[in-house]
Amino acid sequence: MVDITPADGIPPAEVAEVELYHPHSWWTKYVFSQDAKVIAIQYSATATGIGLVALVLSWLMRLQLGFPGTFDFITPEAYYQFITMHGMIMVIYLLTALFLGGFGNYLIPLMVGARDMVFPYVNMLSYWIYLLAVLVLVSSFFAPGGPTGAGWTLYPPQAIMSGTPGGQDWGIILMLSSLILFIIGFTMGGLNYVVTVLQGRTRGMTMMRLPLTVWGIFTATVMALLAFPALFVASVMMLLDRVLGTSFFMPAISEMGEQLPHNGGSPILFQHLFWFFGHPEVYIVALPAFGIVSDLISTHARKNIFGYRMMVWAIVGIGALSFVVWAHHMYVSGMHPYFGFFFATTTLIIAIPTAIKVYNWVLTLWRGDIHLTIPMLFALAFIVTFVNGGLTGLFLGNVVVDVPLSDTMFVVAHFHMVMGVAPILVVFGAIYHWYPKATGRMLNETLGRFHFWVTFLGAYLIFFPMHYLGLMGVPRRYAELTDMTIMTESAHHLNSFISIMAFIVGFAQMVFLFNLIWSIRHGREAGGNPWRATTLEWQTPQTPPAHGNFGKDLPIVYRWAYDYSVPGAKEDFIPQNMPGSFGPSREPA
Amino acid sequence: MAVALVLVLIVVGSVLFHLLSPWWWTPIASNWAYIDNTIIITFWITGFVFAAVVLFMAYCVFRFRHREGNRAAYEPENKRLESWLTIVTAVGVTALLVPGLFVWSRFVHVPSDATDVEVVGQQWQWSFRLPGKDGKLGTSDTRDVTADNPLGVIASDPNGQDDVVVEAADLHLPVGKPVKMLLRSIDVLHDFYVPEFRAKMDMIPGSVTYFWFTPTKTGTFQVLCAELCGQGHPLMHGVVMVDTQQDYVAWLGQQQTFAQLSAPQQTGSADQAPGKTTASGLKIAARLETVGSR
Repeated sequence: MVDITPADGIPPAEVAEVELYHPHSWWTKYVFSQDAKVIAIQYSATATGIGLVALVLSWLMRLQLGFPGTFDFITPEAYYQFITMHGMIMVIYLLTALFLGGFGNYLIPLMVGARDMVFPYVNMLSYWIYLLAVLVLVSSFFAPGGPTGAGWTLYPPQAIMSGTPGGQDWGIILMLSSLILFIIGFTMGGLNYVVTVLQGRTRGMTMMRLPLTVWGIFTATVMALLAFPALFVASVMMLLDRVLGTSFFMPAISEMGEQLPHNGGSPILFQHLFWFFGHPEVYIVALPAFGIVSDLISTHARKNIFGYRMMVWAIVGIGALSFVVWAHHMYVSGMHPYFGFFFATTTLIIAIPTAIKVYNWVLTLWRGDIHLTIPMLFALAFIVTFVNGGLTGLFLGNVVVDVPLSDTMFVVAHFHMVMGVAPILVVFGAIYHWYPKATGRMLNETLGRFHFWVTFLGAYLIFFPMHYLGLMGVPRRYAELTDMTIMTESAHHLNSFISIMAFIVGFAQMVFLFNLIWSIRHGREAGGNPWRATTLEWQTPQTPPAHGNFGKDLPIVYRWAYDYSVPGAKEDFIPQNMPGSFGPSREPA
Repeated sequence: MAVALVLVLIVVGSVLFHLLSPWWWTPIASNWAYIDNTIIITFWITGFVFAAVVLFMAYCVFRFRHREGNRAAYEPENKRLESWLTIVTAVGVTALLVPGLFVWSRFVHVPSDATDVEVVGQQWQWSFRLPGKDGKLGTSDTRDVTADNPLGVIASDPNGQDDVVVEAADLHLPVGKPVKMLLRSIDVLHDFYVPEFRAKMDMIPGSVTYFWFTPTKTGTFQVLCAELCGQGHPLMHGVVMVDTQQDYVAWLGQQQTFAQLSAPQQTGSADQAPGKTTASGLKIAARLETVGSR
């Protein structure tokens, strides 16, 4: 135990060390594990598995769009099932689960200097319920009528009517049930992450010394806990409409000559509930990415993150503002047109803290000592992609500009850039960065660089030209782009090009998966701190960290997470747990 | 070095693509050139920011790349710079928002001389209703929809008797006259979208939504459904023909009113309308075939 003098301003340990409840069997160590690090890997592996399904679905839909009429098995019904499952899997079951369940579980306890999450048993349950949600979702592929084809937004009335695949079969019921399970599982994990950050920090780790990764995941989790209930109630209500014949979202309807037994419900109520969840959801995915990429840039540019306090407040500000912008998804939904003034204003205001984050990332590069490692390359690619996708958000957020562009391929291009490709580039950067900590070995450099260039440039070539199809007026969610007077021959060629790029980029992900598996045994030995980073996860006595993370004594934190290239220090980084002073502190307090 | 070069190439390539590619919006055929202008302003501002940020990154990557003996500067904050950047961004955002809201205000306020035109969506076809000589559309209710009253016009409303009903056929509009499109659906969400008019709005069963525009060019324009409405969604095309006043009047003279259509001797003629739902509970497959063959 390190002696702490009161002069250091750090309170003494309040609780004596206790014997940890270490697992005693293979089952409790690797399967029903309560160790956040194992749970993190379980979450990540499951999310990656279901993400591969979504990748294949995207290939199938691109086959149809790029080469219409060539593949008979892709009927309109099948096409709508593909886009629906692709969207839902990517947003909820891959990105949300990976950032919060995967990175949140792995990094929060290590980065705040805790031995584990504060409620390990509930944390374990969280994963198993998530797995159940995924299995229910997958089961819809094998159910009569197949999965739902209502689009990932599941707008009623069509979501539960017979003109939509799965609407009057099992598809929609399984989808809604799976979402309900996911939210229950997430809530268990989410409460854990929040309480661990608030209560589980080690001595000296003030909130303003937390790495931005933790700030990003923490804020996103708080938001998710507030936003998911809206989706939860919407799912329950739609399930009641579908199964018991209630009319929450169902007005009087004449379906193909037949009067349905519903009356008085409001389809637009569902849209409000959905987007009250759905917009914060964008930032639930984006904020962890913002936090992680800040740490990647700082570490690999050997420079403190520029404007740390501004970065924290931007994260919190974006999180708060994101709850008052939801109806910008509904400008042409038929809601009261005066809402447009309010929501366009709030939406464009959110661009300001977002822009500040971008400036601070590039200003961190400025006068840095930039090591072009693979995590840094992915971070740079993230900035390019995110700036591009964020700026097209200024088109869609500005209510009247959205009118011609909404429901076109412009929207598809925009949200793939900003919340698809950009966060996934951060996921890749983060995996290349933390893989050595989780396995003790480095990922293969050559394969990594190949994966990076194909993914970054390929994804840009897919989604940048796609905006122009939308500008032309090509609608999204069209299983067939035939007989359309606005589409020129060359626009069809562009679609074929986009499809070919999608196959190439998808192939590069197989190389990445191979690298992940191959390097576990054959990667170069990494050592405990290969990137010479400051944060606590790199200072663990063992790599990979053992159960309990930090050995006998928890670390004590003396400084913020960004003491890189401090003048007067011998090394160009000072770990957070290293005592001592190097001239007057310039750490933002 | 290579990385900096690629970043520069991305900026140059994107700008060249924007300027040279053949993919651009369709020639406008309505009064909403304001919207196109707002898009152009947005392209300029966002294009400038994109180029500035990425080129600055390219410069940093080139100038501050790691070389032996390099050491990064230590500068946690720079309040002046941060405030300046915030102010400049706020100004840029305002420059986008103000014209946008100004045009939106025009978009939602319908001129008083606009004529009502009702559009009714159903899986997967478009129908239309125009007010008769009284200038008023009769009220409607989805529960009144039957094979003989496909739009659900309330028969007891005298205003509805002279309404012109155009079922599952082309809509004609006179050029140069503002129209208020009253949008209605009898089953699921649809969205009436003509790319050349730039305007669109969802149609919600149980509600009447609207937008307005003035057609400025004669010609034939394709209507697309822009809100996912089931598996027939991509087939839900329609046609709007913008006519000279003379042609329009001639077309209008050939149309039938609600009273004429609902008179007993007229029921037999219903089969003439293509895509007509003659029996309740029509199977989806048959429905799709009907829609697809048009």
